[in-house]
Amino acid sequence: MSAFADVVARDLRLALRQRGDAVMVVLFFVLTAMLFPFAVGPEPNLLARLAAGVIWVTALLAVLLSLERLFLADFEDGSLELLVLAPTPLSLTVLAKVLAHWLTTGLPLIAAAPLIALLYNMDEAALPVLMLAMLLGTPSLSLTGAVGAALTLGARRGGVLVPLLVLPLYIPVLIFGVAAIDAALAGLSARPYLLFLGAIFLVSSVVAPLASAAALRQAVE
Amino acid sequence: MNMHRFANPGRFVRLAERILPWTGGLAVLALGIGLYLSLFVSPADYQQGESVRIMYVHVPAAWMALFVYTVIAAASASALIWRHPLADLVARASAPVGAGFTFLALATGSLWGKPMWGTWWVWDARLTSVLVLFFLYLGHMALSNAFDDQSRGNRAAAVLALVGFINVPIIKFSVDWWSTLHQPASVVRLDGPSIHPSMLWPLLIMALGFKLYYVSLLLLRVKGEVMAARLRARSMAALDAT
Repeated sequence: MSAFADVVARDLRLALRQRGDAVMVVLFFVLTAMLFPFAVGPEPNLLARLAAGVIWVTALLAVLLSLERLFLADFEDGSLELLVLAPTPLSLTVLAKVLAHWLTTGLPLIAAAPLIALLYNMDEAALPVLMLAMLLGTPSLSLTGAVGAALTLGARRGGVLVPLLVLPLYIPVLIFGVAAIDAALAGLSARPYLLFLGAIFLVSSVVAPLASAAALRQAVE
Repeated sequence: MNMHRFANPGRFVRLAERILPWTGGLAVLALGIGLYLSLFVSPADYQQGESVRIMYVHVPAAWMALFVYTVIAAASASALIWRHPLADLVARASAPVGAGFTFLALATGSLWGKPMWGTWWVWDARLTSVLVLFFLYLGHMALSNAFDDQSRGNRAAAVLALVGFINVPIIKFSVDWWSTLHQPASVVRLDGPSIHPSMLWPLLIMALGFKLYYVSLLLLRVKGEVMAARLRARSMAALDAT
């Protein structure tokens, strides 16, 4: 277990030393969300209707942008080979790296989401559901993204390939994430959608580390 | 039976060459009979009119879209677990064919939807999950060609195929789990098919034709992959000799 904590601490330390990366993700999130009022017009009711969808789609794209740094630096400087050879199960190492990734991208995104909800004039009553849905949904984004990032290590055009692999797998999170907020806005129970998000999180937290570990082994072979 | 008996590419090619005329001929025959029955013999639907005939292409194409993905997933699993040398080739050769079937299902469904539902496309669970399947096929093809080392591409695509297989049961049961605009299953049911035999038979013959077509194409494409590998090996040997 200490190896798990060590990997998390190492990745967090690396992320803190290069603070720019995490800040960029949040900046991208806020900036992209700011574009929509210009594109569809600043009508408050329309924006309130769009808020949930815009927050989720931009959060999804922001996570997508950050996936590259999950394994690429380790792959290039060779430390990935040491992580693969280490006695700790590789899937556990992957889980630690994904946790660090989520702490430096998912968590800041969740913190920034109320700001966008505010700018979009979203009903404040739905804010707790928005936060809860993102808390349950963004870890799945990091987990699923890890599979895509690991599979494309060393590929030609890796950057364009990741969205093609990962975005289709992100659709369920998007559907249930938005549905939870819409239900809360309509005064219905958001519970079934939140349960779905939780189920997706549980399934991906089992499948994704195994698949990523298999992909990483192929990458360093 | 020892599954590595057919791992020898040479033996596979000889076997494929012997089977291919049969599956190819039967595919042409089944598709010919199926098309004749579905376009001329089977009755028009009392509600849908003549546009029901689109179903004879749409339904088999959709079945094949799921079937081919299942084949790819099974081949990927045996490639990763047993390193079966032909399994990689089967997965590689199947992906574009499956993508084609998926596209055909989506396109014919859209053509049918316009007169029936009044729209080309609705975002219901069945349509959306099949669209995701289409993108999984495209991702599989892109990933398997993205590496300088072909075998690394094959293995990466195999992992992706297994992860994406989660989508197949979702597609199958989407019409039962959610109340969708797309109608639920009417052929493969516990209480027997709910469509009339005059429509069921053309459909089944078309489905058989599609399956034989896929088998023929698969044999042909795997044979092509084996030949391409031989050519590569030969040109490498020629380079070494000089």
